[in-house]
Amino acid sequence: MISLEAKNLGKWFGKRKVFDRINFSLEEKSSLVVTGKNGSGKTTLLKILCGFIRPSKGEVLISFNGKTLNQDEGRNLLGLVMPDLELYGELTALENLVFLSRIRGLDPDKDKLKEKIAMVGLSEREDDLVFSFSSGMKQRLKYAFALLLDPGILLLDEPTTNLDQEGISLVDQIVSWQRERGILILATNKKADLKYGDQTIQLGN
Amino acid sequence: MATRPSSWATKSAWLLAKDLKCEFRTRYALNAILMFALTTLTVVSFSMGVFSLNPRITSSLFWLVIFFSSMSGLAQVFVKEEESRTVNLLKLVANPSTVLLGKLLFNLVLLLLLEIVVVPLFIILMNLSILNLWLFLSVLVLGSLGLVCATTIIAAIISKAHVKGALFAVLSFPILLPLLITAIDGTRLSIEGETFSAGWSDLRLLISYLVVMFTASILLFDFVWSE
Repeated sequence: MISLEAKNLGKWFGKRKVFDRINFSLEEKSSLVVTGKNGSGKTTLLKILCGFIRPSKGEVLISFNGKTLNQDEGRNLLGLVMPDLELYGELTALENLVFLSRIRGLDPDKDKLKEKIAMVGLSEREDDLVFSFSSGMKQRLKYAFALLLDPGILLLDEPTTNLDQEGISLVDQIVSWQRERGILILATNKKADLKYGDQTIQLGN
Repeated sequence: MATRPSSWATKSAWLLAKDLKCEFRTRYALNAILMFALTTLTVVSFSMGVFSLNPRITSSLFWLVIFFSSMSGLAQVFVKEEESRTVNLLKLVANPSTVLLGKLLFNLVLLLLLEIVVVPLFIILMNLSILNLWLFLSVLVLGSLGLVCATTIIAAIISKAHVKGALFAVLSFPILLPLLITAIDGTRLSIEGETFSAGWSDLRLLISYLVVMFTASILLFDFVWSE
């Protein structure tokens, strides 16, 4: 059983307050939608949850079967799709996933990695350099990476950016699947995406 | 996929392999380093080659060529991750110590490739005779390791800044000065044919510098990497 708790989170950049007193608690099969206008701190909040940046105050606790995990252990439970996270353009789609599996301490099974790539509709381009991909294809590949470990916690920032209608349907499927088995946190500006959350946080108030 | 207990070193080796693959496909840093090295070597050999230089000037020129050539490439190791927005990907999949060791090894390979080209060319073009080759090689190895340690942590610090070039120069000058002065002196002694024991004080300083820089890098990197 995985759980994620944010306790009294606050973030300042210099004197500028981004947000303060953010509290929430999520367990398996629950979801949170973070909404707010541009610059309200949605991406910053997700980066804090991932451990990319430190909060100015408060803490994030990730637990597995009642045991609080350290940052390295917690990171292995995360899947993430965000505009600030790109895959390596100089590697092919398959090479990216092989490298990312290895550096996470996994023994890469190429057939399973190819399945992940096929799942996001890129099987014909798996041996092409990511440099040559369109923005939408890169976004799809990010989903293949995010689902690499069947993550307990999936964080999506502006999840449908650059995707066509088929890609948006794919995101719908992934979101539904994650809500049935783990924790989903989604940052969005789109009112239509509010339906995905059991809880909602509005930033920038 | 099966999980296996990969060590810190194994994961760093995978990061090194990835960086080398990317580098040889784009030659992002390698071209810059080699072009700068060849240009500097040519200028030095054309302007100084006809004179018989004393060992102090020759060793200074030698380390200046190594220093400026390496600066154009070694600083890129984190800047490239930041500019291509892959830094968050790396933060998500690897712990800071894995990243630091992987990037140190990558810079070491780049510097080794640079020295394979530059050192023989410098010796030929400057008509240099090194009378104590083992002392020369010891100074070169220790100086290069120190240079890699210092530039890697400075590269990590400056990668998030807006004015990266200027900041790199400002930070690296005071940090690298003791290393360069010692390496130049050790190289001079090797050219003059002094014994190993005569160069031992320089070698001890280079070893100390390396230990201090490596320890400082490990202690600092976690903070630099996560903010």
